Amino acid sequence: MPSLPDMNSTDVVGMARRAAEHQAPRDRHIHNEELKPALFEWLCRMGDSTLILGHRLSEWCGHAPVLEEDIALANVALDLIGHTQMWLGLAGEVECEGRDADRLAFRRDVAHFRNVLLVEKQNGDIGSTLMRQFLFDAWHIERLRGLSESSSERVAEIAAKAFKEVSYHVDRSADLVIRLGDGTDESHRRMQKALDSHWTYANEMFTDDGVDEAVAEVGIAARSSELKPAWDRLVDEVFAEATLVRPDNDYARSGGKNGQRHTEHLGHLLAEMQFLQRAYPDASW
Amino acid sequence: MTTTTLPCIEDVWAWLSEVPDPEIPVISVTDLGIVRDVYFDGETLVVAVTPTYSGCPATSIIELDIETALARRGLEKVRIERRISPPWSTDWIGDEAREKLRTYGIAPPDKSGAQSGGAVRAARYFGGAALSIACPRCGSTETEKVSQFGSTPCKAAYRCKSCLEPFDYFKCI
Repeated sequence: MPSLPDMNSTDVVGMARRAAEHQAPRDRHIHNEELKPALFEWLCRMGDSTLILGHRLSEWCGHAPVLEEDIALANVALDLIGHTQMWLGLAGEVECEGRDADRLAFRRDVAHFRNVLLVEKQNGDIGSTLMRQFLFDAWHIERLRGLSESSSERVAEIAAKAFKEVSYHVDRSADLVIRLGDGTDESHRRMQKALDSHWTYANEMFTDDGVDEAVAEVGIAARSSELKPAWDRLVDEVFAEATLVRPDNDYARSGGKNGQRHTEHLGHLLAEMQFLQRAYPDASW
Repeated sequence: MTTTTLPCIEDVWAWLSEVPDPEIPVISVTDLGIVRDVYFDGETLVVAVTPTYSGCPATSIIELDIETALARRGLEKVRIERRISPPWSTDWIGDEAREKLRTYGIAPPDKSGAQSGGAVRAARYFGGAALSIACPRCGSTETEKVSQFGSTPCKAAYRCKSCLEPFDYFKCI
């Protein structure tokens, strides 16, 4: 028993109770062997999508057309990388093979990434970047909102934290899509072009497979397809204000979230993002 | 150096209240409401800290500052626990700290804000209202948002239409 002097007024029983509460929430899903492959895969999908989009946005740092946008893009990138640390950190715990968030981020190659294709697309012009951001944010906010009721306490707490931040992301990207869509002829033309170009990539976010099915069955997360109606409502509302025409095409590109066929752009992105840890493994500040 | 007697928790809280936030040094880490708990685990002092924004680069600096401040008080065994639940909210910033922010030139978070109060579209979409932010210099509410993101992730850039000064607004989250 440690000596705890000067604690006459302190409620020791209360402290012990609080100390017990300090453990991370108990979560029956985290060490469920049967669920492990699907849950690990699903967590990587969340964490890889925020990681790759966060990295893409960071490429704008110092290059954005106006200072405020430069700062905003970097701040959104930071939030997304913060979410990545939580998602991939939990993925590593579930996998239980000693890989932490950094190791998962910096030591896997293209074939092991599970991000949706939309986020690995190159930035293009600022309009293309903002349209990609809006399509993703509108999905992201809906995904996180549902996860606050996840049967996994660990997933729910990450989602609750991220939801607050993503509210600001979607607010900003929607405003800018409207301002540029309903802006000059040139900005309108570019936003419509960006929307047309991203559309079939965005559709991948709503495709289901066995992983979606497995986590949905135990109440961890809704199927991807279930997010579509709310996403449709939000994007349609914004496109109407932005005077943009929603593409009439339900085709969904595939290969990102299941890792079967990433675009050629992901390898180039990883080459830059992972360089330091590849060249100097385990280097730290 | 070995510490044979452990300090009382109230003293530790008092010491922590002297650790300034690295980016807004007029308020302390306890003013900001990011120290969630302080307790002993055996002889190790555990300080539970919650990040303001999940990607906030100041988080690790804050943790280092806390460890340094406690080491100066002779506490060698300190463990910082990062806790994300319940998520940090600007509602945890006390009235005194809000006044300190205002005096420093940062408009404090709107109290009616609560969940996503400042995120207008998200708030409208999920049920909520827009805000009017008072200029920390002249008090006018004739202000406009320049950018959702300011000098740090937790702040937005605003401009006062009355005194024409730009200012930071500490966003609700």
